Amino acid sequence: MSDAIIGGQDRIAKRFAKLKEEGRAGLVTFITAGDPDPEASFEILKSLPEAGADIIELGMPFTDPMADGPAIQEASNRALAAGMHMRKTLSLVRGFRDLDHETPIILMGYYNPIYIYGVAEFLEDARNAGVDGLIVVDLPPEEDAELCVPTVEKGLSFIRLTTPTSDDKRLPKLVQNTSGFVYYVSVAGVTGAGSASNDQIVEAMGRLRRHTDLPIAVGFGIKTAQQAADVARQADAAVVGSAIVSKIAESLDENGKATDKTASMVTGLVRELANGVRNARK
Amino acid sequence: MTSSSPTLNSYRALPDPDGHFGNFGGRFVAETLMPLILELEQAYKDAKSDPAFKKEMDYYLRHYVGRANPLYFAERLTEELGGAKIYFKREDLNHTGAHKINNCIGQILLAKRMGKTRIIAETGAGQHGVATATVCARFGLPCTVYMGSKDIERQSPNVFRMRLLGAEVKPVVSGSRSLKDAMNEALRDWVTNVEDTFYIIGTAAGPHPYPELVRDFQSVIGNEAKEQILEAEGRLPDQVIAAVGGGSNAIGLFHPFLDDKGVEVVGVEAAGHGVHTGKHAASLSAGKPGVLHGNRTYLLMDDDGQIKEADSISAGLDYPGIGPEHSWLKDIGRARYEPITDTEALDAFKLCSELEGIIPALECSHAIAQIVKEAPKMGKDKIILMCLSGRGDKDIFTVAEALGVKL
Repeated sequence: MSDAIIGGQDRIAKRFAKLKEEGRAGLVTFITAGDPDPEASFEILKSLPEAGADIIELGMPFTDPMADGPAIQEASNRALAAGMHMRKTLSLVRGFRDLDHETPIILMGYYNPIYIYGVAEFLEDARNAGVDGLIVVDLPPEEDAELCVPTVEKGLSFIRLTTPTSDDKRLPKLVQNTSGFVYYVSVAGVTGAGSASNDQIVEAMGRLRRHTDLPIAVGFGIKTAQQAADVARQADAAVVGSAIVSKIAESLDENGKATDKTASMVTGLVRELANGVRNARK
Repeated sequence: MTSSSPTLNSYRALPDPDGHFGNFGGRFVAETLMPLILELEQAYKDAKSDPAFKKEMDYYLRHYVGRANPLYFAERLTEELGGAKIYFKREDLNHTGAHKINNCIGQILLAKRMGKTRIIAETGAGQHGVATATVCARFGLPCTVYMGSKDIERQSPNVFRMRLLGAEVKPVVSGSRSLKDAMNEALRDWVTNVEDTFYIIGTAAGPHPYPELVRDFQSVIGNEAKEQILEAEGRLPDQVIAAVGGGSNAIGLFHPFLDDKGVEVVGVEAAGHGVHTGKHAASLSAGKPGVLHGNRTYLLMDDDGQIKEADSISAGLDYPGIGPEHSWLKDIGRARYEPITDTEALDAFKLCSELEGIIPALECSHAIAQIVKEAPKMGKDKIILMCLSGRGDKDIFTVAEALGVKL
């Protein structure tokens, strides 16, 4: 058995165990697969761990990203315009996995492209490519039979989004079939909008810890090393997405094409964020 | 997977408690919205069993909307086509000129019951936006309407109407800049303003319970029409027919007739430039099941599951999906769905204007065009009942342009 098909839950659990050992929180970085084009996207992807990403969320492009703000919408549009599709997204993961056997990769997106690919075939291909978990925005627990249950059966993690509207009544249902870690969306809103206050995060962490022993990653609205550090003092990981894809957008030439600065601008930001996260508890 | 429907005693018993119509429907939304949708479901259950809610609804439908509207025998169109007798259910005579207001009254009364203080809506042609802005003015709630910038260009009179009514019209420039993108943007607003905001969805689609509650509020169309045709003809029609975009006027007409075995049910989709051209909005004729905007239903998409842009001369039909109950009715064979092109709809638009003195909306002109095809083949003893879902005044600029007339 090759490393690529080590069960996904293992790689995530190992990573959080290592973070615990190091006494620090992790940095989860989001980019959209194929943004701004498949080749440049692979360059960015493979440079992330060295720049300080502990876990990678890779967006599966979709035409109608209803829960995303403008930055990630545009990232999706750029990827689709450059001919990205699900099979290419999985080959991107496969290429990464050949180089890196340890950094967990979580695919994040919307259900329709998976549903059209075919759930069983998708899970098989994703696992073989070296995917460790899925975050699917439009699949609440009420629809667990669709994808969540088959994903967990396949040995991959199904990571659930919890939100400010997830109260004590709702949370048990949310953590029921989840694994890997719990993602706390710290503000009600789309990606890239405002951020939560420290007090709000502390309060939410308390509520979540009452319902789960899984690691908790906090995201939405984290743009700077300072914000990432603030979150890293409370949570097991900080997630940054829109700020990173905005950096990609900034780096493009007037025709929207990648430049020789694209990968370095992204890794520059990731280094800053990683510094923030790594020094937060010192 | 959801269970498909077992042997049914009725075609009117769905959705199931999880919002499924067979394999269609469901609740495919971001977690942030789940508590809101569950709250809405409970509020609607309570309202349905509350006589005071029904009384209030009836009051506004009668005194504000102007119901019951007539069932009109289209005598000259019937003569011209030389076959079945054609009746129009005159939703165009409602306040605001279309069926959309029926649903808006129901939803704003629900919003009030739930203590919500802000209303959002999406709109395509602008009819639902106008209806929402209207009820918001009447009930004193602030209103934001999302509308694709492409639709704003082709429906400027309705944009002005909404603004006159005090609504804020927000142009949507993402994606294809039409109805589906307006719906995305409304969902983004809702997910951001979860405390105070009620989302009035304009069609019988979206996450459960919307397809059910919009259908119930629109069923006043079919319920009235059934009584009226019995009074006029002493029997039920042989066919009920309506245009489908999202499908709210159609499901409102169809639903009360679904268990009447002898009544054929026909929905008419927008085939744009023709189904074979790929430039159309015929999700049932040319799409396949997928998941978008909270429900599983027939959608227009590519092999990768990316949603395709719809294309129709009628902004109200320019949507790449369809309400989930229609998908179910198609699959079980209780209803059939036929495509009508822009050109056929335009011809029907003119024909109805000239023969009946009724300028129909481009949406229901599609249904008239299907009648033009079918009525002559039916005997004179047959009866077709069509939902004339709205008036066509809003469309005169689009039609003039299509006919090469400068206004």
